[in-house]
Amino acid sequence: MLKIKDLHASIDDKEILKGINLEVKAGEVHAIMGPNGSGKSTLSAVIAGKEEFEVTQGSVELDGDDLDEVAPEERAHKGVFLSFQYPVEIPGVSVTNFIKTAINESRKARGLEEMPANEMLKMIREKSELLDIDRKFLSRSLNEGFSGGEKKRNEIFQMAMLEPKLAILDETDSGLDIDALRIVANGVNKLKSKDNAVIVITHYQRLLEYIVPDFVHVLHNGKIVKSGGKELALELEEKGYDWIKNEAVV
Amino acid sequence: MAYTEEELKKELETKEYEYGFYTDIESDTLPVGLNEEIIIAISKKKEEPDWMTAWRLEAFKHWKEMEEPDWANVHYKKPDFQAISYYSAPNKKPKYNSLDEVDPELLETFKKLGISVDEQKKLAGVAVDIVMDSVSVATTFKKTLAEKGIIFCSISEAIKEHPELVKKYIGTVVPQRDNFYAALNSAVFSDGSFCYIPKGVRCPMELSTYFRINQAGTGQFERTLVIADEGSYVSYLEGCTAPSRDENQLHAAVVELIALDDAEIKYSTVQNWFPGDKEGKGGVFNFVTKRGLCEKNAKISWTQVETGSAVTWKYPSCVLKGDNSIGEFYSIAVTNNFQQADTGTKMVHLGKNTRSTIISKGISAGKSQNSYRGLVQVNSRAENARNFSQCDSLLMGNECGAHTFPYIEAKNKSAQIEHEATTSKIGEDQIFYCNQRGIDTEKAIALIVNGFSKEVLNKLPMEFAVEAQKLLEISLEGSVG
Repeated sequence: MLKIKDLHASIDDKEILKGINLEVKAGEVHAIMGPNGSGKSTLSAVIAGKEEFEVTQGSVELDGDDLDEVAPEERAHKGVFLSFQYPVEIPGVSVTNFIKTAINESRKARGLEEMPANEMLKMIREKSELLDIDRKFLSRSLNEGFSGGEKKRNEIFQMAMLEPKLAILDETDSGLDIDALRIVANGVNKLKSKDNAVIVITHYQRLLEYIVPDFVHVLHNGKIVKSGGKELALELEEKGYDWIKNEAVV
Repeated sequence: MAYTEEELKKELETKEYEYGFYTDIESDTLPVGLNEEIIIAISKKKEEPDWMTAWRLEAFKHWKEMEEPDWANVHYKKPDFQAISYYSAPNKKPKYNSLDEVDPELLETFKKLGISVDEQKKLAGVAVDIVMDSVSVATTFKKTLAEKGIIFCSISEAIKEHPELVKKYIGTVVPQRDNFYAALNSAVFSDGSFCYIPKGVRCPMELSTYFRINQAGTGQFERTLVIADEGSYVSYLEGCTAPSRDENQLHAAVVELIALDDAEIKYSTVQNWFPGDKEGKGGVFNFVTKRGLCEKNAKISWTQVETGSAVTWKYPSCVLKGDNSIGEFYSIAVTNNFQQADTGTKMVHLGKNTRSTIISKGISAGKSQNSYRGLVQVNSRAENARNFSQCDSLLMGNECGAHTFPYIEAKNKSAQIEHEATTSKIGEDQIFYCNQRGIDTEKAIALIVNGFSKEVLNKLPMEFAVEAQKLLEISLEGSVG
């Protein structure tokens, strides 16, 4: 599904990603771990197509198509979803209105009619129940005055509504207490299928107890320095990132 | 003329201004310039009674002694008032019983505006008094209104048919010598709307009027007078679109509202005059005086969505004369490219327990300048007056400006006045967030702007709100690269 080949990306002429190779197949869950500043968030932003980052070498392919010239919204239409580490506030735009617009824009891009209101409402009801979201929450302005936990839950709610092919969860666990973490992880697990894939970007192993990855990759200084199964996450937790850093130097 | 037509065609092709077209209807236009003879000629053409002619001449006398104000935060080349034609009316005097009799070209114009009378007729509860180049050419729903004793007609007709009402109220809220533009309007006003709601009557439908500037080089001087008698209610909608013009056009309207004891007037405006092109060439100068007078327990709400005009100078105000009266002002002003807007309100608290609310949303893009100018004045006898003002500015890009000039004059110690102001900018992060959810940049801006303006959009009648939302989107198209 996703093929990243020798990806180099920089911002303001500073190279952040220095040759990433990664392949994600449908039905898989990949975890990307690494210390602060290793390039985790940059990787997610580059996959989503954020324009401040310049891809200087290599490629990102989705289902065999090179995404290089593809605008962020078109990537979204193709099924790429990014759960933001710091979701932005949009005052005056309700959660419902926002998600309705997002869904209908994607449908429009696919040549479909707008989703009928009753269908939309039914879907909203189902997905909000799945994530234990209070209906009142849906009429609030997007992310305005939301707690850290509410913001992340809202991200996963949007993911549930948009049903992406490839979901990238960027530090979704940060700012969550254990209960919220469990709800969010449960939501993600229920949405997982053999047709979609998830990339979990995290600093800690904690979230991976709930969303169990098939593969774990360790990112350091803009490169994947180690890959393995889920046990790698545990090993990292035990030995700390210094272990990887030292190994990378060697 | 052919040259202008050619140019307009070109503008139409580029579709920069959606309503930029020109209707070729023969017009009866007076020679350019302004003097007493012209004023008498205007009055004569309109078959006005002598008192009206005298009133116009008196206004002209004041105007000659006045100077164009320059305190507003706008810069433009002052119009040459002697180079303007002050009267233009469609030649074929229209008096129709059905739409079939109406000039097909005129109907075509309405169609382009998206407000075909046909459609309007079907739209339940909306009576349209269409003012095109100064003379009212179509009035619908008159019968329904007449049954309730409501008078809704052109001001010219009112001068003839209801002189006692016009004579009693015209100039009582905006005197002839109020300001330079109001004096000019009083002298030369061509037409406009008149509305009277009798005691205790709740007007069963939204009243709307569409104004259009249509004749090249013709200024438009509309005069509107709305009187809500004791205990009555009316909601009045005013929507403006204008065809593209290469030279600047002057628009100096006067609107007077009178809400007698326990009456309520809701006055909503969508203003979309030609804003000029991307280089700041052309566009309408919009110098408007709008003011309402509230008697005891009365309420006046102004709601405006201002997206057009090259230069806007407009302060819909309320004089809260009666005890317990309420004044409200809800405004969205959008400026793009080289547009300049200096708009706001005046709330004059004279009576006891008077209350006023001001919500102003300014959106600036391109190289435009957007100013809020507001005055809250509490008179010494206005015990327990209250005001709440909120002025929010939204900036797009780095070359535009947002300014806030709030003035407060409180002469009574019991007054409670609150003022809040915020300035924000549409950020790249907000846009990227929307993009990532599949929403393209134009749509994202529309969404953010609509969210920002929501408190004001909510105050508009339903059908107007939808139109206004579309206008916001059109006005800001291409404002972010």
